Amino acid sequence: MKTIQFILQKEFLQIFRNRAMLPILFVMPIVQLLVLSFAATYELKEASFALIDYDQSSLSRELSAQFQATGYFSLEHKTFDTDEALEELKAGNVNMVLTIPENFSRDYSQGNSVSVQMLIDAVDGTKAGMIQSYGSSIIRDFNQNHIREVQLISSKKAPQLSRIELIPVNWYNPDLDYITYMVPGILVVLVSMIGLFLSGMNIVREQEIGTIEQLNVTPIKKSHFITGKIVPFWIIGMVDLVIGLALARYGFNIPFLGSLTLILIVSGIYLIVIQALGLFISTVTSTQQQAMFIAWFIMVVFILMGGLFTPIESMPVWAQDLTLANPVAWFIKMMRMVLLKGAGWQEIQHMVFVLIGMGGLFYGVAINRYKKTAG
Amino acid sequence: MNNVVEISEVSKSYEDVKALKEISFEVEKGELFGLIGPDGAGKTTLFRILTTLLVPDSGEAKVLGMDVVENYREIRPILGYMPGRFSLYQDLSVEENIRFFASVFGTTLEENYDLVKPIYQQLEPFKNRLAGALSGGMKQKLALSCALIHKPELLILDEPTTGVDAVSRKEFWEMLHLLKHQGITILASTPYMDEADQCDRVALMQNGKILKISTPDEVAQSFSSTLYGIRSKHRFQLIQVLREYQYVKSVQPFGESVHYADHRNDPDTDDILRYLSTHGVEDAEIKKIDSNIEDTFMELMQQEESHA
Repeated sequence: MKTIQFILQKEFLQIFRNRAMLPILFVMPIVQLLVLSFAATYELKEASFALIDYDQSSLSRELSAQFQATGYFSLEHKTFDTDEALEELKAGNVNMVLTIPENFSRDYSQGNSVSVQMLIDAVDGTKAGMIQSYGSSIIRDFNQNHIREVQLISSKKAPQLSRIELIPVNWYNPDLDYITYMVPGILVVLVSMIGLFLSGMNIVREQEIGTIEQLNVTPIKKSHFITGKIVPFWIIGMVDLVIGLALARYGFNIPFLGSLTLILIVSGIYLIVIQALGLFISTVTSTQQQAMFIAWFIMVVFILMGGLFTPIESMPVWAQDLTLANPVAWFIKMMRMVLLKGAGWQEIQHMVFVLIGMGGLFYGVAINRYKKTAG
Repeated sequence: MNNVVEISEVSKSYEDVKALKEISFEVEKGELFGLIGPDGAGKTTLFRILTTLLVPDSGEAKVLGMDVVENYREIRPILGYMPGRFSLYQDLSVEENIRFFASVFGTTLEENYDLVKPIYQQLEPFKNRLAGALSGGMKQKLALSCALIHKPELLILDEPTTGVDAVSRKEFWEMLHLLKHQGITILASTPYMDEADQCDRVALMQNGKILKISTPDEVAQSFSSTLYGIRSKHRFQLIQVLREYQYVKSVQPFGESVHYADHRNDPDTDDILRYLSTHGVEDAEIKKIDSNIEDTFMELMQQEESHA
């Protein structure tokens, strides 16, 4: 036990001496949370559109005004020439072309069905989807507001609106606040970066600069050495997590429905698992550059397939199956469940066991390989 | 038991390169034993086996009667190893390094201060300096201190003086003599022939084989022919011309003169001078000299190569 204490002393001495790394380790969580949480959002901020209004009636003007009134759409261009509008769309100056046909007002007042056209630039599929759904809801509202007048004026029976009205209520995140959804995931990324990169890199560094040679002739056991590499970065990862959680709670007002203790326990386990993966990377590489590259590659795959940005449910089935082996996906899920839904041990215990299983596997393989590589 | 190191028929290959070919030798207790040979001779491989970092393909190596493969745990605490490459923490200070290595061996700097004192004293003014900021000679002294801090019975030094200035090299060997007088057995390798004289016994190594083991004097004297030193201002031409001489055995440039050996038992020096002057080297001076280790080593290497 004493040996471990001396090794830990040495590791901390080295970590705290590293003037370039240390501030990054503690500033990183704050910057990452702030930048990503505000920047990575799915809410439509502003879409520009071109208007082709062949009708030129008060009703058509009202429709286009309603688009602008939402604050999401800004009218960039007005024309009667379809080609010109399409040029604008092609050039990327507008995101959508809204076409209101001739006789729109007359037909509508008579109770006939009318159509308007939204041509949406779908290069960015997510944005196009949002424009479409925002646009449709504006048109639906517009229709609802005017149909009654039409019914009164028109001799004909106007198309009836369904009597069954859907009133969606969003649970767990009632305002569909994107930050609430993102922050727990970003905390996961943060902890993963520290866990995956730092421990592994540190071991490879000892190989690269040759100090492992000197250590190997001392009575230090491999388990001592590995513990000495895991523990300091585990502590740093946990400290960062606490900073991140505090920021989430008091900076972003993220609801903390579940137990903080449970979050910390799960995070502690997760960190050990991801550090095991870092340890494994260190046993298959011999320079920090190689280790960095492999860790980075794995991290990107884990994050993109971890349900942070795109829901796992929308992935193809084979990709969904792959995420079962992705510790990041499990941890993001648990964080969101506990923080936002107030899930307790009962609901997440099977996932914790999956993580522990993964950790056991990673350590087994890594230690087995480690014994073979170094003396 | 008098042998600290016993190596018998040890072989080691890296893929298709045979680094060690059935090496055998012993190092006695209290001896300062030198392993001399060019780069790639297999010195480091041999040391890595002795320090339990590598497992030999075949053969047996023992340190104080303990097998390096079976009893590596018992061997490590009694062994001090200084790798050829500086392997201490560059981002820790001099004092932090030595204290760390003392602690992992379960001892303290104070406990063994007397042993490292002659070396560590020179470092003490810089004890707060980071190891990475030390000069080459200072780094070697620190590495030696760290290898010594747990009072090992056997000290293994892999090219401790490579890349170190002449003054530091001399100092370093003086320190090794001090340690030897304290009863520590030392096994050191070096590519420098002139350091062989510092050792009690030397082993000449080449291509994974030991060519000769003996005291430095005996090695020097075991040169097989009479040796002459020839001087001339036209050194390059002298070498060229001598190599064409009908009785030539070996020609080696050596400092300011050229070491020459002949196939004849009792060569005629006048004949050599006459031959030289007819071929344009007129200012040559010749005299009989004693052979040194390098002469023997060169001779052994040539024999080895012609065998192979």
